[in-house]
Amino acid sequence: MSEHKSHAGKHHGFAHPASIKSLLLVFFALIILTWLTVFQSTLKLGSIELVVSLTIATIKASLVILFFMHMIHDKPLNAIAFLSSFIFVALFLGFILMDVHGYKDSYEFKNVDSAPKVAAATPE
Amino acid sequence: MTSHEHDSHDASHGHGEHAHMPFQAHHFDDPEQQFDAGKLGIWLFLVTEVLFFSGMFCAYALYRSLHPEVFTFASQYLNETLGATNTGVLLFSSLSMAWGVRCAQMRQRTGLVICLSVTLGCAAVFLGVKAIEYTHKWEMGLLPAGEYVSQFLQTSHHEGLSSWLYVLSAVPALCVVGFGIWYVLCVMSGNKQKAEVAGPFLVTALCYFLGVFIGIVFQNAEAAAHAKHETAAHASDSHPDHDQAEHTSDGHGEAPEQSAAAKLVSHVEPNSAPGAPTLAAVDQAGGAGVFFSIYYCMTGVHAVHILGGIAVLAWLLVRATKDHFNEEYFGPVDYVGLYWHLVDLIWIYLFPLLYLIK
Repeated sequence: MSEHKSHAGKHHGFAHPASIKSLLLVFFALIILTWLTVFQSTLKLGSIELVVSLTIATIKASLVILFFMHMIHDKPLNAIAFLSSFIFVALFLGFILMDVHGYKDSYEFKNVDSAPKVAAATPE
Repeated sequence: MTSHEHDSHDASHGHGEHAHMPFQAHHFDDPEQQFDAGKLGIWLFLVTEVLFFSGMFCAYALYRSLHPEVFTFASQYLNETLGATNTGVLLFSSLSMAWGVRCAQMRQRTGLVICLSVTLGCAAVFLGVKAIEYTHKWEMGLLPAGEYVSQFLQTSHHEGLSSWLYVLSAVPALCVVGFGIWYVLCVMSGNKQKAEVAGPFLVTALCYFLGVFIGIVFQNAEAAAHAKHETAAHASDSHPDHDQAEHTSDGHGEAPEQSAAAKLVSHVEPNSAPGAPTLAAVDQAGGAGVFFSIYYCMTGVHAVHILGGIAVLAWLLVRATKDHFNEEYFGPVDYVGLYWHLVDLIWIYLFPLLYLIK
């Protein structure tokens, strides 16, 4: 906090505007990562595909949070408040998946669409 | 105009020391304290948003972990090109939003108006592309569980624009007319500040149709790839309607990804005997419909957030033209920016999770 005080102290009060260069760099990094994630989906990576695409998405999300959302210059309290939500999301997902897979064998796949319907659309 | 407003405010409250801060609430010591309080507030709101969306991500994770084959099957009906385009559009809108925050912090009024207008335009393009995606799926019978129509029935082909598209486009069309008239009136009466609001609103409404146009072009490219594959498979079946569509694909050279139906054919044909029944089971036995329930729920709620973002951005634009923001008071721009980036963040996860499953 002290180091960005000095950075901001010039003439913008408590505001510390991001530099245009950093914004553009982050944007192009995000575009490249988007291209990368589309590209990796064509590689048929099989079981690690989900891990790879989620890793890329998380890198993109980190860039957005750190630079576009200015978390890097934000107060630690704000960062803790926001990032703590992901702990609860992890608990939520983790426990539900654990529970469901515990009972997996006693489930049956319910026939929601048992009667095949005729499409409403007619070719022109 | 602004100074007049805060003069009257000062006269009634006698806050002489805040003469330069017309928007400072009097329970805050200084602008920084007011900003920090608001900032913590918006971060807490974003926490509730993350937890709110996590419910849907949970449904996704649960269903995908139990039935991965359904996701592989149903995901091929989503148009990757359109998804990637929309990702780019949202990322660009995030850039212009972050740039807008910078402009507000540096008291660059014109820059802020431009950045907010670009952000609004991108939001409208996103919705236009989404409208094409949705209406195309509705015509294909790619609907939520219970309404889903089997894709193995030969009737599920669809060409041309969906009538639903006209329904969805009614509101943007009305906006174009309304904002157009308003803009002309503002220009004629010489009201510069109002014209600076009406102009971007008009452009935003038009941007929806730009999105629709982009959507149609890419959807046609997909349809052309599909048609090509079909003509290759059944040489006797000629589709004169596809003339225009094929033209698009020729322009593109080779289509990078096969259409959903084409993939389906290639999926089924090599191993018809053992492969087809399994796929048919995934298609009909309550599988793909649930995928589309999750798809519509997640992208739909996300689209509602885009609409909410458009509303608050419009509010910011009006205030920006009134020159409300400066280096001491830029909180609202920053807070809306944080919200907008979160909406972008959710799309960053939705795109690979829904569109890119192979």
